[in-house]
Amino acid sequence: MMKSASLPPVEIPPPDTGNLHPLLHEIRHALARLLEEGEPTIIDLRALPLAPGEERRLEEALGEGEVEITLQALGTTRITETRYSGVWRVVHLDANGEVLGKTIEITTVPTLLPAQPGEMARALEELEGALGSEDPGE
Amino acid sequence: MKKETTLAELLRQQGVSRRGFLKFCSITASLMALPPSMVPAIARALEQARRPSVIWLSFQECTGCTESMTRSHAPTVENLILTAVSLDYHHTLQAASGSHAEEARKVAMKENWGKYLLVVDGSIPLGNPGFSTIAGIPNLEMLQEVAEGAAAVIAVGTCAAYGGLPHAAPNPTGAVPVSDIVKDKPLVNVPGCPPIPVVITGVLAHFLTFGRLPELDGLGRPLAFYGNSIHDRCYRRPFYERGQFAESFDDEGARKGWCLYRLGCKGPITYNACATTKWNDGTSFPIESGHGCLGCSQPDFWDGGGFYEPLSRLPGGGTAGLAAAAGAGVAIGLGASWLARQRQLKARGQAEEDSR
Repeated sequence: MMKSASLPPVEIPPPDTGNLHPLLHEIRHALARLLEEGEPTIIDLRALPLAPGEERRLEEALGEGEVEITLQALGTTRITETRYSGVWRVVHLDANGEVLGKTIEITTVPTLLPAQPGEMARALEELEGALGSEDPGE
Repeated sequence: MKKETTLAELLRQQGVSRRGFLKFCSITASLMALPPSMVPAIARALEQARRPSVIWLSFQECTGCTESMTRSHAPTVENLILTAVSLDYHHTLQAASGSHAEEARKVAMKENWGKYLLVVDGSIPLGNPGFSTIAGIPNLEMLQEVAEGAAAVIAVGTCAAYGGLPHAAPNPTGAVPVSDIVKDKPLVNVPGCPPIPVVITGVLAHFLTFGRLPELDGLGRPLAFYGNSIHDRCYRRPFYERGQFAESFDDEGARKGWCLYRLGCKGPITYNACATTKWNDGTSFPIESGHGCLGCSQPDFWDGGGFYEPLSRLPGGGTAGLAAAAGAGVAIGLGASWLARQRQLKARGQAEEDSR
């Protein structure tokens, strides 16, 4: 049996697209805009080339905040607040847990969260129906 | 299912909530390379979208394009967009065969004359009608017959778009692309060997959203996906700028992830979305796996003179020497990406205008 050769460790510098730093500045500008003008921003991470490892560095730079939300709508969507209040990371997954899309939302409440008018109307009908079918019991 | 059903109703029937629909729209915007601010407009348009009839014809091809698109089995966005169209004829996927299948095609054509989408994969042999037939009908005849009543034609894969492998020298079957036959219909080329699945469905999503085909480049490709070269968007680009190249597949440069230009990477002359959209559910793309781009979304990529020959040494790409190419690369590269960016912005502007 051949003995595995002991190769000297290779120093691999993390590849760098140079996109990480400008992205963080974009987030900074968006947060300032949200604070001053109330205008929200969504940044689509799919549109940016990031090298392997850069995405992890982005995660580290943004850190973890107070809120973690999981939605079950067309597969799972995970929304987490970053350490910077008002900056959210949104990850859309399909039923197999594969990533369909990743965005950074700079807003007070992420767009997918609020209850939707059409569904609230249907919910009201349902609730009324459920109550109407039973004896209100005075 | 009736074609009058709108997409929003269809998704609701499948138990997709309003939030699920908005998520779908957000992913669709990303697919079409539209800014996230377009999501409400896409939602409004898709809510009203009707199911178009789609007839899919496969000629001289390897079924790789269909394979690419049907690869995901989970309820993915691709599948939902396929649900959103009424795929009335696809001889590989449909259950019917023989005269029943041909009957289905004729019925779909008659019912939707002038309105259906025709998708073609594979090239058309002109050498001899018998080289490739479906139900005894030569490819050329079937294409002409179906194209006549189509609202638009989508040539999927490099074979349908530019002739592809069958068209490679010496082209024994006399293969030609769809654009050589169909001259009087809106035509969009979605090349790639195979094309990225979401690019195929992205074009369908664009048609569903805006009711027309997306803006195209000089080779008939949608700018939203083919507006940048692989090189423009490659994460290894900084190594190219610094002149750090892998010289063989197992040297130090290769291990450090340096630029693959000298190992024959065709990224600088290839326009496609691989570097950002990636493959296998977003895992990676060839360059990320250590192999140069073959240039599969470009016309005649099989006859380019060698997958492992650097562009500078090839007849077409070698107008300048390697030193000149590497030196001028920065300026030309930036110029090209600026131009591509302008084209993309223009495409976006048009899309935003359409949605108003």
